[in-house]
Amino acid sequence: MSELTIKVDVLVIGAGPAGLAAAIAAKKAGVDNLIVLEREDHPGGILRQCIHNGFGLHRFKEELTGPEYAQRDIDTAYEMGIDIRTGVTVLSVSKDKRVTAVSRENGLQVFEAKAIVLAMGCRERPRGALAIPGTRCAGIYSAGTAQKFVNLEGYMPGRKVVILGSGDIGLIMARRMTLQGAKVLACVELMPYSSGLNRNIVQCLQDYGIPLYLSHTVIDIHGKERLTGVTVAKVDENRRPIPGTEIEFECDTLLLSVGLIPENELSAGAGVELSPVTSGAVVSDTLETSVPGIFACGNVLHVHDLVDHVSNESFRAGEMAARYAQGERRQGREIPVKDGAGVRGVVPQKIVVEEGLQEVNLMFRPDKVYRDHYLTVYADGKPLSSAKKMILTPGEMVVQPMNEKMLNQCKDAREITVAITEQKAV
Amino acid sequence: MYDVIIIGAGVVGCALARKLSQYNGAIAVLDAAEDVADGASKANSGIVHAGFDAKPGTKKAYYNVRGANMYAQLAKELGVPYNPIGALVLGFSEEDRATLNKLLEQGKQNGVKELRVIERDEILKLEPNTNPDVVCALFAPTSAVVSPYEMTLALSYHAAQNGVEFIFNSPVSKVYEEHDTWHVETPQGVLEARAIVNCAGVGAADLHNQISDQPLQIIPRRGEYYLLDSTVKCPFTRTMFQVPGKMGKGVLISPTAHGNALLGPSAEDIEDGTDTRTTRQGLDFVLDKCRLTWPKVNTRPVITTFSGVRAHPATDDFIIGPVHGAPDNAFEAIGIESPGLSAAPAIAEELGEMVAEHLKLPSARFVRAAVPLLKPFAAMSEEERKEACKRDANYGRIVCRCEVVTEAEIRDAIRRPVGAKSIDGVKRRTRAGMGRCQGGFCSPRVMEILCEELHCSPLDITKCGGESKLLVGTLNEIAKEGRRHE
Repeated sequence: MSELTIKVDVLVIGAGPAGLAAAIAAKKAGVDNLIVLEREDHPGGILRQCIHNGFGLHRFKEELTGPEYAQRDIDTAYEMGIDIRTGVTVLSVSKDKRVTAVSRENGLQVFEAKAIVLAMGCRERPRGALAIPGTRCAGIYSAGTAQKFVNLEGYMPGRKVVILGSGDIGLIMARRMTLQGAKVLACVELMPYSSGLNRNIVQCLQDYGIPLYLSHTVIDIHGKERLTGVTVAKVDENRRPIPGTEIEFECDTLLLSVGLIPENELSAGAGVELSPVTSGAVVSDTLETSVPGIFACGNVLHVHDLVDHVSNESFRAGEMAARYAQGERRQGREIPVKDGAGVRGVVPQKIVVEEGLQEVNLMFRPDKVYRDHYLTVYADGKPLSSAKKMILTPGEMVVQPMNEKMLNQCKDAREITVAITEQKAV
Repeated sequence: MYDVIIIGAGVVGCALARKLSQYNGAIAVLDAAEDVADGASKANSGIVHAGFDAKPGTKKAYYNVRGANMYAQLAKELGVPYNPIGALVLGFSEEDRATLNKLLEQGKQNGVKELRVIERDEILKLEPNTNPDVVCALFAPTSAVVSPYEMTLALSYHAAQNGVEFIFNSPVSKVYEEHDTWHVETPQGVLEARAIVNCAGVGAADLHNQISDQPLQIIPRRGEYYLLDSTVKCPFTRTMFQVPGKMGKGVLISPTAHGNALLGPSAEDIEDGTDTRTTRQGLDFVLDKCRLTWPKVNTRPVITTFSGVRAHPATDDFIIGPVHGAPDNAFEAIGIESPGLSAAPAIAEELGEMVAEHLKLPSARFVRAAVPLLKPFAAMSEEERKEACKRDANYGRIVCRCEVVTEAEIRDAIRRPVGAKSIDGVKRRTRAGMGRCQGGFCSPRVMEILCEELHCSPLDITKCGGESKLLVGTLNEIAKEGRRHE
């Protein structure tokens, strides 16, 4: 066991799609002393259990399964000679970029990095966080845990299933459990709209005749040892259950797909400023956090819908981390980017307009469903662009590029705002 | 033939088992559940009460104060998380002040030390997040918090190390005496003993009424709680009570022994003592009451809600000693609601001596001293972690990310006497699955380790024993079933 501190130029935490892309980009940018730490025994992250297809349409122009998508980056990383260390869990990250990690092979190790890329992904919101009343029996799983049991371990968690929440993993699991011989009775969503991608509503629920109950929620859970049923009720506009609307479902399994939370305990330990809206780091357009030299990308930064976007974001984070490690420091003024009307959690939260900056993608979610509205970017209240969108929904992240011209226009601005407006802004 | 059979493996049963394990005798503890602390002992406020609540002269007052005085030493010996953080009982009116003064007097009579009534300014200085409308408070510096299930587990470990046998999944249907021998009926058969002790919690009245000429009633009283994430600082550093009502000590907000904020309990009399569900009304009641103490009550960091059922005696006091009107050598400690956790060590001490004396058990000291609970990896320093990894490579494998629990700790929890057999058993012993993700990431891995250690299939693994199985079949099995149904 090494007692010495391991010095490294770029340290990437996590070998899921974000970490892999960041590592590949950092290596391409010329950093050789690069280590990726992954707590699982294999790289690939959550994609390993996402055996359905639909990944990579944007990036590779083909439909891949999760493991196939991951494997392309894993292969590339190994071909480039990137040092990916699996079975290593990071315990802490400090402001001065000292990282402690532990593994079976090497015990406790300490790394000192010039730059760090945070790519730890996210976790699922559990039942407890919703405070759903009822018994605490077996048979209640977050959708991703059930997905792991089914796709990686080969076991079925139940036969008759109700799904609470219409997040993408829940929708995918509705189809998966059905194909595997289970009966999915209902998908229940608190909001008046789905939080998943429309294509998943069609392909995973509608195609299998699984009813989607919008503006409904689970209000009681029954069963002493194993789940025997749930009570579902309609909710009013304040999301309160409406008495008299109860529906009883007899089921042995309740899957929860009620939200993903970026896993930022390590980031918080390093003093990285977190956004209460995204639960991820506050970053600049280079994906650098409030702590110089610490970058964040992928689902640890904000929860994405498409892995293609995760990869793109992470390529940039990896490249920027490499440049930081090589001593490059940015000059220029930070312009804050703010959520305007109808917009939640725009990332990045600040832009440094400097020579050569060609494009910045502003990513965010609408706060509700909008039809035929305009997406407008303002600099100090003056519209830089305003484009009509047929539909904007919280289930689908919006990617709004700012091109070189727009960036130049806001060089002297005090702030940039993104908003959803009824009228075209002029 | 046992010398003593203790019915019920809660904190009282386990403390008594440990006490009796000092003597030369064959001792068994029976429980209906698959683990110790399955009833009220795992789901309560975890407070070691100072002892001012109970009326002077009651058994509650007597055992509370004596038990509380034993805690610091006992917790240290067993390695159980215990923290003497102190407590405040908040008063919001002059009427409340009168009640607090009464509690102060009661406390003094009960022998509680350092009690005093303090005023608004001092309260806000001690606990700045308190509702500024507060008028005065009873300050009890000797109040403490303890991890109640870990205390029960540690007591059971020490008892088992000294020869006590633990028999689980054994609900007792009947007890009777024949030829100076007690017979205890369970689904597995009839066990015999020279003496029995009823520590059966909410189920204790049924056994009592089978053998006593003085029937009594135990009313299951459910209390619901919110638990907040340990990464969010508890808004208070002490246990914050409100002026007690007739259903108990009311709703409190307190850091737990592990530093999570705990909010609760409600108090509702119910029919079925095993009905530990939570309810919308119960949870709303807790939040509503908490607002008086903490106006900015915030449930965003809630990681779980739960309930526990206390064994409320209709007589309102503990019932401890020989069973009235029963044949010789039948004992009981029943109706042990709050402050039962605080009182347990003292109850065990006195009741244990009484039982041993009646049976003339040869006195001895513990054959084995308590092996304190392992220091959790999460609490170790960097150096200690390094050493632990050198000692056992499994310390290098983090299984639960949220609470930083290693494979070494999980394997130890399964292997030790009175070891874990289920996901919840591992959780209570190691905290794996107690964090923010509530086992989302670690439960499949914990399941694998349980299978390796217990040599069983994942299909056998339960959440908490009985029929609480986590998986229903392999993919092929269920797919075939599905096709048959079509």
